[in-house]
Amino acid sequence: MSVETTLLVQTLVSGLLIGFVFALISVGLTLIFGVMDIVNFAHGEHLMLAMYFTYWLYTLWGVDPLYAVPVVAGLLFLLGVLTYRLVIRHVLDAPMLAQIFVTFGLMVFLRNLAQLLWSEDFRRIGDTLVTGRLELFGIFIGTPQLVASVGAALTTGALYWFLKNTRTGWALEATAENKEVAGLMGIDPERMFALAWGLALASVGVAGALLATFNPIFPEVGAVFVLVAYVAVALGGFGSVTGAFVAGIIIGVVQVMGGFLWEPRFKTILVYGIYLGIVFIRPQGLFGRR
Amino acid sequence: MALFEVHGLTKTFGGLAANRDITMRVEQGEILGLIGPNGAGKTTFFNCVTGFYPPSAGSVRFQDQEITGWPPERVCQAGIARTFQIVRVLGDLTVLENVMIGAFLRHPRVPDARRKALAVLELTGLADRQDQMARNLTIAGKKRLELARALATEPTLLFLDEAMAGLNPSEIHAAVAIVRRLQEQGITIVMVEHVMKVVMPLADRIVVLDSGQVIADDVPERIAANERVIEAYLGEKYRAAS
Amino acid sequence: MLRNRLPQLALVALVLFLLVFPTLFPEPFLLRTMILVLLWSVLGLAWNIIGGYAGQVSFGHAIFFGLGAYTSTLLLNNWGISPWLGMLGGALVAVIVSAIIGWPSFRLAGHYFAIATIAAGEIFAVLFRNLKWAGGAVGLYLPIVRGDRLVDFQFNESKAMYYYIVLGMLVATALVTYWIERTRMGYYLKAIREDPDAARSLGINVTRYKLYAMVISAALAAMAGTFYAQFVLYVSPKTVFPLALSIQMALVAILGGTGTLAGPIIGAAVLIPMAEYTRVYLAGRVGGLHLVVYGLLIVLISIYQPGGLMALLRNWQHRRRQRKLAQAAPVTAPAGGMGDGSV
Repeated sequence: MSVETTLLVQTLVSGLLIGFVFALISVGLTLIFGVMDIVNFAHGEHLMLAMYFTYWLYTLWGVDPLYAVPVVAGLLFLLGVLTYRLVIRHVLDAPMLAQIFVTFGLMVFLRNLAQLLWSEDFRRIGDTLVTGRLELFGIFIGTPQLVASVGAALTTGALYWFLKNTRTGWALEATAENKEVAGLMGIDPERMFALAWGLALASVGVAGALLATFNPIFPEVGAVFVLVAYVAVALGGFGSVTGAFVAGIIIGVVQVMGGFLWEPRFKTILVYGIYLGIVFIRPQGLFGRR
Repeated sequence: MALFEVHGLTKTFGGLAANRDITMRVEQGEILGLIGPNGAGKTTFFNCVTGFYPPSAGSVRFQDQEITGWPPERVCQAGIARTFQIVRVLGDLTVLENVMIGAFLRHPRVPDARRKALAVLELTGLADRQDQMARNLTIAGKKRLELARALATEPTLLFLDEAMAGLNPSEIHAAVAIVRRLQEQGITIVMVEHVMKVVMPLADRIVVLDSGQVIADDVPERIAANERVIEAYLGEKYRAAS
Repeated sequence: MLRNRLPQLALVALVLFLLVFPTLFPEPFLLRTMILVLLWSVLGLAWNIIGGYAGQVSFGHAIFFGLGAYTSTLLLNNWGISPWLGMLGGALVAVIVSAIIGWPSFRLAGHYFAIATIAAGEIFAVLFRNLKWAGGAVGLYLPIVRGDRLVDFQFNESKAMYYYIVLGMLVATALVTYWIERTRMGYYLKAIREDPDAARSLGINVTRYKLYAMVISAALAAMAGTFYAQFVLYVSPKTVFPLALSIQMALVAILGGTGTLAGPIIGAAVLIPMAEYTRVYLAGRVGGLHLVVYGLLIVLISIYQPGGLMALLRNWQHRRRQRKLAQAAPVTAPAGGMGDGSV
């Protein structure tokens, strides 16, 4: 393969890999929106917390991030349920403005709390089980990136399986479809909402723990990822898990290719431009029903 | 030429045809009743002709002008007002302010709009409650308010979507009196109704919808005896009488 | 009788206080803080027009602030155009840009619109960071002009003129808000905010009115941007386009009470001194403390009192009045509203 082609394929692969992680993060966001019509503006901050938890587990107790994944996922699940019970529940029937402000306020609160507690310094996790890289057909793949990608894909798959093949999963989808009818069928919407938040944040927990193996950790790290998640949710169709998954991967590839073919510093504009393009041209996204 | 004409109106959602090839007219000054069993497509029809849904096919003409596909605000500006099946008053405003919002269409200045609104409140018997918060009204009061607000836009044609639903007999009596008064003032009215006891004596003419299509278009006496109508309502007829 | 006039007297006292403030408190830090309070009152009121009255939450208003700052600065640096004219130029640019961004975005429901504004905001920040002729990431410095003449819009000996200019801007912005509230536009915006479809059924062109609110809001924010540029004599993407600035504009209005005239002013009066104090005296790690408090405040306000401090104030006044009525008339009179179904 020529150098250009190798470089192209290299970029494509790395975009694909990060795309799976984007997908997992986006799936959580779309799950919450699908079930209760609320955008979690603090989603990026929850990711950030997951990354910091992973970092502290590693730094203070030497827990390898790979083992930390279930722990952080569990912690984030609890955080999700707690966030729902303490905060979100109160604004379910409030006007949309209040709902927007609440998660927005959470974002401001968490981001600056992290800055206060842990300072702006970039932190990195050192050697882990997955440190290193592989070479396949002349393409170099970082092992952490590969593991993160596989982990994200598996988690999304598990979530999808859960939603389609278990009674609780069906109950969740039914609640997303029509809250009142689901209630009439004996499904407790409160439990479903709490579950949605728990699962969404747990997904972000897995993504964060995996990201922590190669991505720097700092208070604003969530901002970049959540932007992609917003766009992926819109592109995939608000509320569609499949859509968010596919869209996450697409954006992963597009933004990295955009940086390669055009200018790396315009990657953000490209992604934002996609968002604006979608909501203006095809508001329901690829798989959306709204 | 009728005041309002609909030709071949069709509205499909996905594969479902909520309105199918509806053709009908409304004459100036009459009260037209639009009835039909649940799911017949009455509210869809309202939404299509008042600009909330773009029709999939067909044409809507008002005062000999093509208004098909016009957005709701343009429809209202042309002289067609409507109320909603699930009442939509602006809860955070007072009764007077709600009606003023309607009045502003023809009276841009605040004092003029206020005067017009007060007049409409008098007409609809809400004057004594003008400073109450709209969200504190009873259902009957809210429906009355929505009607007043629509009236303030000075419509030529008024669409009422189940204005009598949820009202007790004395409230219905009062509402019917208002509708009659409106007809006297020259406003043409189309009312979707389920309460047969109300619509039969009130309407000059009745159009019956079933499964998205017109199955009858006649004066009330003949509608009551119409085979197809009775069939569509089989069972419903007895429920509607209560 | 004097007690009845208390609110009016308080207002007069406040106005007098504001007018003589620079003479009473010439100390630079205090004066500067006050200038910022007034500036943020303007920004909060500007945001309030589209975010509070029209109900379209924007987290990208820094775009217009930045455009105002950059437009007047570029006109001044490159062509020597007076900052006062530059201010108008900035407002014009903001009007055009806000119309272009807003018009297609208005049909987006609340959340999606908010995200779109964040997106747009970030695009502008990145854009200006990469525009060499606009200074890039480094930004632009304004030339220092001695003489403290009004026409130069620069005062280096004493900051008092800045104070009076921004006070004037606040009065103008408050008048604009007041005018909107009292005319058809205010009523229409309220209807649009509560129920856009019902509004349309009453003949209101929702998109057009949102557009009006948007461009007015953008123009005001842009003029504030020009003032800021002339005040600090430096503009850069980091200082005039950041998301944090957009957030603070929204926050000032939310805390004080959206959709009210006094709300954003109260919000600024509470928030800005706190921000300045923590920034200067608790600098370093604890410098972000005020933002943590902000975040918490927004959450609490959204849950318990979405109407902000104004609503709290009104509730307190209402309860006081109720108590007074109860004391004055021990014989119970029928409460308003006949729930007996009579019409």
